[in-house]
Amino acid sequence: MRNILCQTLVENASDPKLVFLTGDLGFMALEPLRDALGERFINAGLAEQNMVSVAAGLAGTGLRPWVYSIAPFVYARPYEHIRNDICLHHLPVMLVGNGGGYAYGSMGATHHALEDYGALLCLQNMKVYVPAFATDVPIIVCQLMRQSGPGYLRLGRCELPKGVELPEYAAWRRLLRGKGPTMVAAGPLAGAILSVTATLPQEQQPDLWVVTELPLSAESIPEGLLSSLRSSQRLIVVEEHVSNGGVGQMLCYCLALMGRMPTVFSHRCAVGYVSARYGSQKFHRKECGLDADSILKELCQ
Amino acid sequence: MEKLKQVIKTARKRLLEMHFNSGVGHIGGNLSALDILMVLFHTVLEAKDTFILSKGHAAGALYITLWSIGRLKDEDLLQFHKDDTKLSGHLAPDFLPEIPFATGSLGHGLSLAAGIALGKALQKQPGRVFCLLSDGELQEGSTWEALIFIAHRVLAPLTLFIDVNGLQGFGKTQEITGLQLTVEKFREFGLAAEEIDGHDVNAIAAACKRSNSGTKIYLAHTCKGYGISFMENKMEWHYLSMTEEQYRQALKELESA
Repeated sequence: MRNILCQTLVENASDPKLVFLTGDLGFMALEPLRDALGERFINAGLAEQNMVSVAAGLAGTGLRPWVYSIAPFVYARPYEHIRNDICLHHLPVMLVGNGGGYAYGSMGATHHALEDYGALLCLQNMKVYVPAFATDVPIIVCQLMRQSGPGYLRLGRCELPKGVELPEYAAWRRLLRGKGPTMVAAGPLAGAILSVTATLPQEQQPDLWVVTELPLSAESIPEGLLSSLRSSQRLIVVEEHVSNGGVGQMLCYCLALMGRMPTVFSHRCAVGYVSARYGSQKFHRKECGLDADSILKELCQ
Repeated sequence: MEKLKQVIKTARKRLLEMHFNSGVGHIGGNLSALDILMVLFHTVLEAKDTFILSKGHAAGALYITLWSIGRLKDEDLLQFHKDDTKLSGHLAPDFLPEIPFATGSLGHGLSLAAGIALGKALQKQPGRVFCLLSDGELQEGSTWEALIFIAHRVLAPLTLFIDVNGLQGFGKTQEITGLQLTVEKFREFGLAAEEIDGHDVNAIAAACKRSNSGTKIYLAHTCKGYGISFMENKMEWHYLSMTEEQYRQALKELESA
């Protein structure tokens, strides 16, 4: 996804408002953007608080800055700078966190982003995008280039199985029309779920949806999802993010307000470090029950 | 400058009146910053320039300065620290063009100023950037991140005043961290730095005359609670509000000064 982000921004490099700041990351990936933007590509060094507030200052002069780093260094380290200098002023600064969830795997817990969108969505005016597939990225980037306020883009690795044709991009998309539970996934996990559920018998196959734009509001929930819940009465939300502030909580809150909560709800989400041992993204997903086997088991109950 | 000194005297009294009326503290660091703000807004800043108050707790002094140039009215000042106001104790967003950013949490303003200066340079926009920091703010790591960034980048003209009043919220600045604020520290970053008397309007104005290119840092030596004998260099006036008796005495001292 990072390379597609880079490519899309390179295509838009002639926009004189575009400025890109990186916290000294992007080796073997962002060089084309650096070359295309020239003095508007700024390696701000290992100083994320300064980088974020400089971006706010740049936006104050009419520019549209993008701020890039490994996800936790974009949202956690400079959190107050995002809150005060970007969000309070509704400035069009786009934060890009590479490696949502456990994507940095065995690099260790300091590099994981388990609470990024929950934390950021507590802030005024913030909009979050969690692309699920590589093809979502250019569409979202173009949306962000026109957005009037702050945004956060959580990048991961596309897990779309080969040969699958996706519906046209939208904030909510229906990926499978199974007769099993209604399932909502956020981010690239949607691809991983597709690859193990597409061949299930229809009775067990989920009615699978993917959501990419946050926060959720009652108005944003598609009628198709509501009618699916009405008939299935069983909702499973899957996301590589902690429960607090996650899609599961947001969606249930909206459904409760609407009086449309299904009878059964389960939430598969990041639960931290169960064994206090560390490993690949796959290892951590398994520990959290976010792996294919665990999801299949729940569907076949 | 003699006329400006009279205007500052009036502003200082008005600052006390506003804080007394609203029953709030933070007066010490407002009195130390007032001369710099007044010189900037009365003799230096043009429409194309930008000023960032990084020490957002001197919001009162900035409101009074804006009042002294006619940007705020008496009835506005009555709203200081009240409900349904834009004149909160620290600067609010979306208020006046003269206040481009809400500040109050220390260690933000210098990076904002750097971003504005860089934005102006990238877009070839005219204008200089000025920023006023507190000396305690030099304990914030982000301030040093900003200094490193500023020293390395080619920016539009950027002038920093550091209000060195030597006192902060719970003690003397040098006793709390032992950090010696010397011009050499900033010069080692490759930045031009000088010391000035932060209450000498001629010295402040002369410093601003050198603000047309590059980055200039002025360690402005000031006195917390300046002009009021029982407040001067007293840490407690970071927070205390005045009793009526103290307010009357303070006014009397300013009248006779």
